Amino acid sequence: MSPTHFERAAEATPPMLAKKIRGLSDRAIAWIFVAPTIFLLLAINIFPLIWTIRLSFTNFRVNRPNAEVQFVGLDNYRRILSDSDIWLTMQTTAHFLIWTILLQVLIGFSLAYLINKKFRGNDLWTTIIVFPMMLSPAVVGNFWTFLYQPQIGLFNYVVGFLTHTDPSSFSMIGDVNLAPWAIVIVDTWMWTPFVMLICLAGLRSIPGSIYEAAECDRASKWRQFWTITLPMVLPFLMLAVLFRGIENFKMFDLVVQLTGGGPGSITELTSINLKREAFEKWRTGYSSAYAVILFVTVFGLASIYVKALNKVKER
Amino acid sequence: MSSFISGLMRFRRGAWEMLASIMIALGVVMMMQPFALSLFSYSFLVTLIGTMMFIITSHFPE
Repeated sequence: MSPTHFERAAEATPPMLAKKIRGLSDRAIAWIFVAPTIFLLLAINIFPLIWTIRLSFTNFRVNRPNAEVQFVGLDNYRRILSDSDIWLTMQTTAHFLIWTILLQVLIGFSLAYLINKKFRGNDLWTTIIVFPMMLSPAVVGNFWTFLYQPQIGLFNYVVGFLTHTDPSSFSMIGDVNLAPWAIVIVDTWMWTPFVMLICLAGLRSIPGSIYEAAECDRASKWRQFWTITLPMVLPFLMLAVLFRGIENFKMFDLVVQLTGGGPGSITELTSINLKREAFEKWRTGYSSAYAVILFVTVFGLASIYVKALNKVKER
Repeated sequence: MSSFISGLMRFRRGAWEMLASIMIALGVVMMMQPFALSLFSYSFLVTLIGTMMFIITSHFPE
């Protein structure tokens, strides 16, 4: 077959001229498409991180932009790591983190296990359970503030009814012993559906044939749960723990709306404390060092977690 | 235990990552424990060394 008019023209064109005619190479076009994303990533994520690390070695205060900025070395880090108030804040965060994750995983997995069984109204119940997750943390905080009211709060009324005590005899957000539990309850109420959805995805990914084979081998329901269900849902559970762990380590809005860190500073989590140092006391250099400490901690934990997750997935 | 030590000696990824993970976990526990302020003071150093070690050793051969 004789070459077409276009093919003959292409053969006759010198390579350099052909390149000019074609314009940009595929690689150049790829870079043009990727460049805005890389630029945004550098501008929004990498640059502020490097700037924060730089500020953490200075005495810079953002409310005194004209004051001379001095390099203070590791002084900010030394002060933070010997501050007993910050140590107490870390303990409050640990209490919040451990209990919320434990309760959310237990309740979330149980709910997913129940929802996974086919029954009438299954979809309606799933929607009802997932509802708290769709709300804004500010709305949830306000809503639970009313529920926790000693005089008119529904929560106090129910607890009073069940324990035969006077509902106005205790205040969930005003009592130093109850306030840490008040924020745990609200976070669990709000985010258990998230854990449930992830577990449900895990449960639905298990092929029915495995259970059929186990039943042929006369494995009990209990054994099926421990040897099939739990190991196969474990990567999903670990993913849920990773997400909730990181989110709760940074928890701010819900707790601010609910207790504002009080009474006193009994529910002051690290992020609330950091915000106070940065935007109420205006100690920018000091709070930058604080932010770097939290960043390294979360980054380290996430690294371990991703490694563990990969190992579980390889099994 | 001996395979772990030989992994460390031969700069193998698994053993060194395990050591880094232990250091990170130890650092976090030290940071959040309610018993001694001195442990809290050294927690960041331990976590930082562990994290840096993790980043470096994740490039070691298997």
